Order: sequence, then C-alpha cells, then structure tokens
Amino acid sequence: MRRGIAATALVASLALTATACGGDDAEGGKSASGKLSGTVTWWDTSTVGSEDKVFKKLAEGFTKLHPDVKVNYVNVPFGEVQNKFKNAAQSGSGAPDVIRSEVAWTPEFADLGYLAPLDGTPALKDDKDFLPQAAASTKYADKTYAVPQVIDSMGIFYNKKIFQEAGVQPPASIADLKTVSEKIKDKTGKTGLYLRGDDAYWFLSFLYGEGGNLVDAEKKQITVDNPAGVKAMKVVKDLVDSGAAKTDATDGWNNMQTAFKDGKVAMMINGPWAVTDTYAGKEFADRSNLGIVPVPAGSDGQGAPQGGHNLAVYAGSKSLDASYAFVEYMTSAESQTTVAKDLSLLPTRSSVYDKPTVSGNETVAFFKPVVDKAVERPWIPEAGSLFAPLVTEYTKVLTGQTTPEKGAKAVGDAYRKLLKDWK
Amino acid sequence: MAVHTSGQSVAEAAEPGRARGRRRDSAGAPGTFRRGLSTHWYAWTMVAPVVIVIGVIIGYPLVRGVYLSLTDANERNVERSIGVNHLPATYEFVGLDNYADALTGNQFLGTLGWTLVWTVSCVTVTFGLGLALANILNRRIAGRSFYRMMLILPWAVPGFVSVFAWRFLYNEDNGLLNKLLAGGGIDAVPWLNDPTWAKFSVIAVNVWLGVPFMMVALLGGLQSIPGELYEAAEMDGANAWQRFRNITMPGLRSVSTTVVLLSTIWTFNMFPVIFLLTRGGPGEATQILVTQAYKFSFEISPRDFAQSSTWGVLILVLLMVFAAVYQRVLRKQGETW
Repeated sequence: MRRGIAATALVASLALTATACGGDDAEGGKSASGKLSGTVTWWDTSTVGSEDKVFKKLAEGFTKLHPDVKVNYVNVPFGEVQNKFKNAAQSGSGAPDVIRSEVAWTPEFADLGYLAPLDGTPALKDDKDFLPQAAASTKYADKTYAVPQVIDSMGIFYNKKIFQEAGVQPPASIADLKTVSEKIKDKTGKTGLYLRGDDAYWFLSFLYGEGGNLVDAEKKQITVDNPAGVKAMKVVKDLVDSGAAKTDATDGWNNMQTAFKDGKVAMMINGPWAVTDTYAGKEFADRSNLGIVPVPAGSDGQGAPQGGHNLAVYAGSKSLDASYAFVEYMTSAESQTTVAKDLSLLPTRSSVYDKPTVSGNETVAFFKPVVDKAVERPWIPEAGSLFAPLVTEYTKVLTGQTTPEKGAKAVGDAYRKLLKDWK
Repeated sequence: MAVHTSGQSVAEAAEPGRARGRRRDSAGAPGTFRRGLSTHWYAWTMVAPVVIVIGVIIGYPLVRGVYLSLTDANERNVERSIGVNHLPATYEFVGLDNYADALTGNQFLGTLGWTLVWTVSCVTVTFGLGLALANILNRRIAGRSFYRMMLILPWAVPGFVSVFAWRFLYNEDNGLLNKLLAGGGIDAVPWLNDPTWAKFSVIAVNVWLGVPFMMVALLGGLQSIPGELYEAAEMDGANAWQRFRNITMPGLRSVSTTVVLLSTIWTFNMFPVIFLLTRGGPGEATQILVTQAYKFSFEISPRDFAQSSTWGVLILVLLMVFAAVYQRVLRKQGETW
C-alpha cells in the first residue's frame, strides 16, 4: 500500500523537482591578462553517427585559439533536448553554457528568461552578413538572443534507380505523387513515399501547399483549422489510405531512414540534415543515386517550411565571455564553410555561399533557392508550443482515430487555449 | 498507508493525574502531550529519523503537489533562478478550478476509462497465467528448476531493457514478429501504429513482465498448502477440478488477495511500459493517467504543472478509494487484513 502512495507522490513531485544532471562549472570569464578561460559545455543536437563527428571536431578546435578554455562537447538527442534544457535551465544547475536551439525554440527560451542577450557581445560579429530569414528567429523583444548556425528547408529525396526501373519522373504535385507511387508499386512492388507520421514538422509542407498556415501572427488569428488546414489533413490521410505512402506512429525517423537507405521506399520528404546519414545507406554507396526535388505542390502551390538551428548562450552560464567567443567561432564564415563542405548543411552567412567548395556542393546548391522561397514560421514565444497539440491530432488522423475536420478543429482549440487573446 | 507513529498511550490511561512532581499545566492536551513525551521519549526518539525521512521524501512533495493543483502554476509563472537573474513566482490560487476542468472534460474521463481497461485486463491475465504456471511447476516434473529459472527471467531483466527489446520486435517493417508472420504468409500487423493493436501490444508486454511475480508468489502459496488435504480429498473421491476448487483456491486466498491488490496498484501506475513502448501513442490511444500527467509537466509547452499535479492527486485519491473498498470487501469475507 505504501508503495502505491510513494509512486503517486513521486509522480506528483515530478512536477515540482526539475532534474539536475550536474555539470562542472569552472570559474570562467576573463583572467587578468584578458585571456579567455573556463569551461564551455555545448549541447549539440546533430544526427549521431554522421553529423556529430564533424561538429565535435570543430568545437574542440576552439581550444587551439584559446588554450585556457576547455570545450565539453555533449550530444543530446534532438527530440529530448528541449525538455532537458528546460529542466536544467529552470533549476539553474546542470544547464549547458551553449545550446544548439531549433529556430522555433529560440523565442520561447528567450521569453522564459533562459538566454543571455547577445547584442554588443563578440558573439554577434559581422551580423550584417547573416541571411535575413535566418536572423529573424534570433530576435525577440528587440534583442538578439542567438546566432544562426545552419538554415534548412525540405524537399523530396528520391532513389533514382527505383525511378528508372518504374520509368517515372519525380513528382511535382500531390496528384503526380500518387500516380508515380502507383506505378512504382506496379513495377517494383515497393512503396512510393515514406511519410513521417510521428512528427508534425513533416506535415507543414502539405499545409503550406494548400495555402494554409498554423497561425497568422500579424492578424493574431489561428488558421490551422480553416478550410485549407482541413484540406491538408485530408491530403495526408489520402496519401496513406491509398497506399501511395506508408507511415509509422513511433520511431518515424529511424524507420524512414532505414526504409529509404535500404531501397524499400522510393521517396521521402526530408532536409539537408539527412543527407550525410542517407549517403551511408547501401543504396547510396554511389552518391549520384540520390536525387532531390522540391516538395510536391498542393492546390495552392509549393511551400516548404524554413527551419534551422541557432546557437544560444545560457543566461546562467559561469563562463559567459568564453561562451560568446565560442558561439562566434562556431558561426564564423570559416566554420560554416567546413560544415557545408563536410555535411552539406546550409550556411547562414551570405558570404559563405560565394566560396567554390560551398557553391559546388550539390545539396547546398539545390537547397539555397528552396530556402530563399521557404515559408517562415511566426517567431513568437509560443512557436515552440505549437507542435505538441498538432502532432497528437496529426497522428490520430493518419491512424484513423479521428476525421481530418475534427483533428484540425482539436488543434485549433488547443491553440486558442495557448494564445489567449487570439481569434 | 502512511506511518503510524502513535506511541502507546496505555500508561496515561492507567495512571490518571500523575503529576511527576512538576507543576501541572491546565488539565488537557498539553499536559497529556508532555506526559506522553516524558514517558515515551525513548520511543519517539527511535522513530524520529524515520518520521523525518518519510516527511521529507513523501510528505513534502505530496503537500506541495496538492497545493500546486489548487493554483495555475506553469512554466511561465513559477519561480526561476537563472544565474544571477531571479524571477519570483507569479502564479495565483484558483481553488478547485483544475479539478472541475479535469472531471468535466473528456480527456480525464477518457484516459481513466482506458486506464481501467488496461489495469483490469493486465491483472486478470497475469493472475490467470501466473496461477496456471504455478500449478504446473508445483508438480514433480523433469527440469522443474530450469523452467522456474526461465520463467523468472522477464523479472530479472531491467524493465526498460525488455521494453526496448519488445519495441524492436514490434517494429512494423523490420521487427521479428512481422518477419515470422511473413514467413507464415500473413500480412504485417501494425503492432504499434494502429490504436487497437497498440493497446493489445502494451497489455501483452505488461503481462509478460508481470507473470513471474505472480507465479513466484502463488507458487509459495501452493507450497504452504499441506499435502494431507489433497490425499484426504482423493480418498473421498474428489476429482482434480474439485480438489482445485475446494482446496487450492481457499488455500491461496490470503496470498492472492495481496498480490492482486499490489498488482493493481502497480499496473495502474505502470509508467515505463507505456512511455517507452508507445509514448502514449498513436495519438493518445495508449496514454494512461500517469503518462498523461507526465506529459503535462514535461512534454507540452508551456509545461502545465498545475494540471499535472491535479491528475496526480486524482490518481492518489482513486487508488486510496480502491484500496479502502477492497479491504472492506475482504473484511466482509472474514479475511484479516
């Protein structure tokens, strides 16, 4: 009996005690001679096994410039880092000095008071060089809270070999996508598209394609459940129901990458962050087998979300000065060139695009115009809160637990609760 | 329940009005208290560490949880210390609003419905299987100790390890279960991707994890039933089923009532199986009360501490009511509990 009480109390207390995971905080800052010292702990969220090696090496290169600074590289899975950082930041212990923050989280963290403002610090060196759409998410309440590290969008990744076997061309619209999938199934027995069903970010390009959006920040309106939003839900459901696409409610990322890398599906919708991992698959030992085209157009045209990552400094960091310098180093033109060359990730500095090693990279060359046209999300503090209600309903729609109309309506209701004075 | 720390006050009852040579306070509580203290100080000292530890570990979070459930605390208005910045708490007392919301909304009741289905089905199946296996292993069969070892295995493996192993087995495209089915010419089953299958899958894993405990407890109960009873029954011409009905079942009653109660409470709050297998998905299909409460305070943003605490308190109340009713029923049947 006491066991039951203890368990319940534990659950109740979970809400109260944020977990601290300990971190060594060296007294940081500047020594008398003006040299930087201390420890900079960086939480990176890049894909383990492909991207993380490059970032780790790059981060540790910082000590060559500043021998007294210790860089502590930690890779935290992307799906967990938002919560992990909030736990640590709120309790004030165990938080990193620098965090790789997804663009939508940045205004939220800033609003909660977890980030240090960077205006006038060395972190923002040459900030005129940043692409305006990349810099947009780093600003909150007239201050700058992060520095753009990479920028991205989405496109269709396809397996050229399977397309040749089936004798089809990459699809340009949703209707094309369905006919192409059907032909691929007839000729090769394989499924056309893998659609991620456990992450609502993959729903956005369909929503934008129908002319919809989550919210309209200018008019302070919730638009996710308007006719366009409902239509987008219908589109994705139809793709799955008709067999043009397959999906999963759990382990979406791993299943998607495995299925595509092993040649079990012909297409997936993904972004530059997946390129390095995809090349590691047996189907893409010959890299030219991977083709990328823009996301399929909906009834309203093409629309891919603009995403990316920023580097932000934790307000409670004990080594603020060293952290500013570290952020500056990681987002410098030189570092961005290395990252673009090795990982095909898109730089956020316009000057970097002029370098031959970068402009010669196929992925970067393909995604740059896509990013230029990509749909910006509203950079409001709630931007990071919009996905939780959406993913629940999106998965429910795909698995047939609710209708597209009801699903869209439920998301809208959740948003209205979140954004109190919006329509 | 919580700890009873009442020092026996027999002495006070037996010796009314012993002043112990000190000036007596006005008769009543303080005097009694003081006398209790002076007579039983030794006992109080002995239990003090336990009381303090329990108070800190269980009492404080419990009280704080109840308090938070009466406020509108969330991530944006609680106290935060970030380095040198200190943001004071700005949440307000809202009375029973959270409880009203929970009990009138669909979400709590819907989740509660599935939680009850999950608890009842897990406990009945586990108990049935445990009883059957215990009866089998209670005979002299070849390799009995080997079977026992093997059946305790799910219990010996750390819970999250086995749950992850199951997750791999259940994987729709690459999982072993579907590969086996494909070998038999059966289409792939969406174990974790279809709401109904997902419910079935989580129950199956929890049963698999829970059977060893039931089996061991019931085996112990079976071995404490004297063999003479069975012999006598056989002499009287009772068949196997009658022996089971009239000797085994009553003989196991004290053990089985206890394990059913424990198992119910554990299953009701079985966080890891649901969380690690499906994260409550697809959608919210397999979300039980505990995992949903966790989601409120850790997964959504802004984190809703108030709602999470409200659910936590409601879970506590439900389990306490259940335990009280259960005890009463048993007492009616003449069990000492």
